[in-house]
Amino acid sequence: MAFLELENIRKTYEGSPLLSGISLEVAKGELVSLLGPSGSGKTTLLRIIAGLETCEVGRVLLQGEDISRLPTHRRGVILMFQEYALFPHRSVAENVSFGLRMRHQSKTAIRERVAEMLALVSLTGFGDRNVIELSGGERQRVALARSLAPEPRLLLLDEPVGSLDRNLRERLLEELAAILRKVGVTAIAVTHDQAEAFALADRVALLHDTKIVQEGRPETIYRYPATPWVARFLGLTNLMQAEIVGKTQLATPLGYLTYAADNGFDGIGSSGTLLILPWGIQITERDPPCNGFTARVVRRMFQGRTTKLRLAIEEEMLDTTVDVGSVIPEEDDAVRVWIRPEALRWF
Amino acid sequence: MQRKAVSSMRRRQLGFYVLMAAPLVFLLIFYFYPLQEIVRVSMTWRDRLQPEVLWSRLWASSTRRVIGFTFGQAFISTVLTLLLGLPGAYVFARYDFPGKRLIQALTTVPFVLPTVVVAAAFSTVLGPRSLLAERLGAGFDLRYTLSAILIAHVFYNYTVILRMVRGFWSTLDPYLEQAARTLGAPPLRVFWEITLPLLLPVVATAGILVFIFCFTSFGVVLILGGPRFATLEVEIYRQTIQLANLPLAAALSLVQIFFTLGWTLAYTRLQERISRPLDLQPQWVTQRRPRKPLEVVFLVMNLSLMAVLMVYPLLALVLRSFGRGLQFYIALFENPSHGIFYVPPLAAVGNSLRIALLAMGLALILGLLASLGLYRQRLGWLVDALFMLPLGTSAVTLGLGYLLTMGRPPFRLRGSVALIVFAHTLVALPFVVRSLLPALQSIQPRLRESAALLGASPLRVFIEVELPIVWRALAVGAVFAFTVSMGEFGATSMIVRPDMPTIPIAIFRFLSRPGALNYGQALAMSTILMTVSVFGFVAIERLRPPGTQAF
Amino acid sequence: MKHWLILMLLLALLLMGCAPATPEPTPAVTAPRELRVMTHGSFDISAEVIEAFETRHNARLQFLDAGDTGEMVSQAILSRDDPLADVMYGIDNTFLSRALEADVFVPYQPEALADIPDAFVLDDQFRVAPVDYGDVCLNYDRAYFEDAAVSPPQTLEDLTDPAYRGLLVVQNPASSSPGLAFLLTTISAFGEDRYLDYWRQLRANDVLVVDSWSSAYYTEFSGGAGSEGARPIVVSYATSPAAEVHFSGEALEEPPTAAIVAPGTCFRQIEFVGILRHGAHRDLAEEFVEFALSDSFQSDIPLHMWVFPVSETAELPEVFATHAVRAESPATLSVGQIEQNREAWINAWIDAVLR
Repeated sequence: MAFLELENIRKTYEGSPLLSGISLEVAKGELVSLLGPSGSGKTTLLRIIAGLETCEVGRVLLQGEDISRLPTHRRGVILMFQEYALFPHRSVAENVSFGLRMRHQSKTAIRERVAEMLALVSLTGFGDRNVIELSGGERQRVALARSLAPEPRLLLLDEPVGSLDRNLRERLLEELAAILRKVGVTAIAVTHDQAEAFALADRVALLHDTKIVQEGRPETIYRYPATPWVARFLGLTNLMQAEIVGKTQLATPLGYLTYAADNGFDGIGSSGTLLILPWGIQITERDPPCNGFTARVVRRMFQGRTTKLRLAIEEEMLDTTVDVGSVIPEEDDAVRVWIRPEALRWF
Repeated sequence: MQRKAVSSMRRRQLGFYVLMAAPLVFLLIFYFYPLQEIVRVSMTWRDRLQPEVLWSRLWASSTRRVIGFTFGQAFISTVLTLLLGLPGAYVFARYDFPGKRLIQALTTVPFVLPTVVVAAAFSTVLGPRSLLAERLGAGFDLRYTLSAILIAHVFYNYTVILRMVRGFWSTLDPYLEQAARTLGAPPLRVFWEITLPLLLPVVATAGILVFIFCFTSFGVVLILGGPRFATLEVEIYRQTIQLANLPLAAALSLVQIFFTLGWTLAYTRLQERISRPLDLQPQWVTQRRPRKPLEVVFLVMNLSLMAVLMVYPLLALVLRSFGRGLQFYIALFENPSHGIFYVPPLAAVGNSLRIALLAMGLALILGLLASLGLYRQRLGWLVDALFMLPLGTSAVTLGLGYLLTMGRPPFRLRGSVALIVFAHTLVALPFVVRSLLPALQSIQPRLRESAALLGASPLRVFIEVELPIVWRALAVGAVFAFTVSMGEFGATSMIVRPDMPTIPIAIFRFLSRPGALNYGQALAMSTILMTVSVFGFVAIERLRPPGTQAF
Repeated sequence: MKHWLILMLLLALLLMGCAPATPEPTPAVTAPRELRVMTHGSFDISAEVIEAFETRHNARLQFLDAGDTGEMVSQAILSRDDPLADVMYGIDNTFLSRALEADVFVPYQPEALADIPDAFVLDDQFRVAPVDYGDVCLNYDRAYFEDAAVSPPQTLEDLTDPAYRGLLVVQNPASSSPGLAFLLTTISAFGEDRYLDYWRQLRANDVLVVDSWSSAYYTEFSGGAGSEGARPIVVSYATSPAAEVHFSGEALEEPPTAAIVAPGTCFRQIEFVGILRHGAHRDLAEEFVEFALSDSFQSDIPLHMWVFPVSETAELPEVFATHAVRAESPATLSVGQIEQNREAWINAWIDAVLR
């Protein structure tokens, strides 16, 4: 039995469905990311789990117990809000101790636990500070300490680093992942940023159009996106209409392509959407064994370790990246490319 | 290079003083000069300055009782208003329901009504021939009681609590309360530990404002309280107008000034605190429809209270004014009793309009000059406070000061319309400055700088950049000044000429005269004045730049 | 552009407002002179009488309603240096001392004083001249006492009897001259030591205090034809029942109200006319004082102001002869006594009755 079970959850917002038939299982100690574009209802799902909103259909089971009817404060589920919702009239220590006081712990126990938590988030000595004076990163860490202090059964994080600036975000994300793993808390984090989701979680669930469209390990999702929408959402843009014309042959706007037999290709004569993963488009000097094309470099964008190239083959535009170590062609150069059969996906 | 900088700074300072000269001179003559005369008279005995007489005047038991009553009724009124207003503020802050905007607008109406109108309205619902009296049987008569005063004060100030607290509450981050809930706090504990402490500054601020209003209450106490009750304001009026006891009136005014300035100072301090941003959230995040039956009951109870407290008296006023069809209104054009003093009631409308337009114009000019001076010179906070002073001074005190100073050389303005215009201008000036200054300050300096870089002279900058941006604020200030002047009663009652009544004065006189016709005419005129005030207020609301506060 | 227009409009309005409303015309030789007469709200006189004066002296009379007598006197004192009017009509013996003390009048001894009993002439410096008088006394609603099994009160003491609980309405002496007159009656009757006790008893017996005679009589009193109130006893004038008959329009035989004129229960108010210091048209003002004492004016007083003319040669209308009464022996307090104590008495009264 899973630690947390969401059963067939449905929620309507202003007459149109926001979530429908959402089911999800989370194991004890697991870190799951809910990934989806804004407006996909992922925050609402968190609020339903926390008891801040109700769903029309479905149940929330925690350790086998149906908590759907339990009021928020009796669920033992803590939600860390996007803007952290630190109590502005309370000091850092008072914020961290709030949940402990609600659980009627002794003063000494509270003091010890607060010190421990502040140490955990590297804010020792910040106890008496006014939360209004804190920087964004410090606020995030106070919020984390406050959420972890009462040892929640389940921790929910809404865009945990979403309101921080880019540099800070990456650093704090690592820190957050490390702390959560160290504490061993079961947690669901909501984010709209795939990089964040992948960096944080053991498992990612992708929300789109009221449903979970794909769930699994980050690598799997990236390598085998389940739908063209997932591909596009992950930034995989080399999509085109094609038709399977033979056991290994596809008719595409580029011309004929050879594909590797697995990866969902079936049904000769059927047409569908073809995805070429970016790493499958390689610039080469030698003639490739198959799928060799001549392409023109339309645009070149230097991005640091890699350079992004937009290539035109016939009328079709394809994106790929080149490592900093390789020879990078100039714009308008004609190059020879190899499209690797194992990098083709079929929907 | 440096010398140039210095000279440009000098020029700016010079500009500051030039712009400020007119409004400052106005304040000096029509505010500080009368005030110092009040101080002098309060300490004068037999034409000699003897500060110790002030003490004996104030220590008289009758004076102490007036001061005590002023405090007491203001305190009770404030507590009552808070008790009734806070639930209403909650309802408006957290629930969304059909007709909410309309109801919200309606609840603001009382606040913009002149005191005489309110007194007239309540005389129709608290008197022996009101609907209530018919229900409760003979003997019901709340006129001339403390209850009448308190009810009218709650009616008046409910809106203050509602608007200020609701405004703050509705933008108060609901995630704070939700965070407390997920951390394990039950609902009552959330209110006690999170909501209430966060609301406290705004509740205190609104409370002080209500206290100031009740402390300086004049028309309501004078008309609804009858002879038995006197706040400092009323006592100053009685000592002056009925007993011509100027030294005592001046001594009471001194007390009044002392306290109201104190309260006003406390109010401004607190208001600065609540204007500090506090992770405020847009309203759509914070509001929802009431769902549980208990919530609906709570909502309905509050809306009913508003209906009984606000809509009923005003509706009664309007209905009674049409009680004999249009007769009361037609009577405004006639001389039904063929009285010898006949000043057609409509002349009061003309007087009021003329005075209001003049006061508006003067307040706009002075306010614009003052605001321009103030916002260019950042260190002008002291001067800024100077222009707010009239707000913290009671109107009756102002009137007394004018009586003492303006009838003699060099002014010789007694009984002139100009004097009323000046009094109204002074009362309206803070409102004009308050609506103009923030608008001017909101103009990014870059706008002016880029206009200057593009070759615009300072005058052109003003005409082409600043004026188009602030014209709305200017219009708000204008309407404010106009409505304030139309409804002004306290100062006017002290300095008005008997044959040149304004609308509020005419209403007051009609109310104190016997007979159904006089009463009806008072109601008819009140209805007219109410309409003017409400239109003025609607105009202000429409014109006001988004995101600015009324208080 | 539109905004500019609005601003220009505002400025234009402003300029219009600043311009003198009516340019002062240069007075033509024939233009009537305006005499401003400040008086209390109950003043009234026939238009024909006024017209006669205006035609004879090429004048225009402008009457200024200055409120109750107390307010009128205050106004005069407050505007002493630059008065609102040239003449004051209607100041009475209860407020006279205050005005004399403030020195708002200039002396003038009218010729017509010859026809007036000396008893009415209270200022030997002739700063004011008496014009009319009336007795302030208790009035009651006859129908009420016929229906109720109680007889009307006969004395001041009766009013403290529980049988008359909640029946009396009086005026605030601080703001109303009949109110002050009634207070003076009680002081005269009970003495300075005991009058407050009397008032405390009245208070315990639920006396209602209102600010003016008109709200007492028309709003709170039950007896008058136009009255709307519920209290059957009011402080008013001895002539009020006669006025009820006159105004009834139904040719009543008997008035619906009656005045109590028992010895010591009434106070005689004498009203005066005086020329205000620093007023304009001194000669015209003097003419007005003579006019107020003339027979045509004096004979017009009773039916308009419901008080008696001071002149012995004035004619009394019939309704006065049949229904108006005079107090048998009104309370006596000298102007000097009133002057010395009025304020203290009123303040003590306010403390005892209102607070």
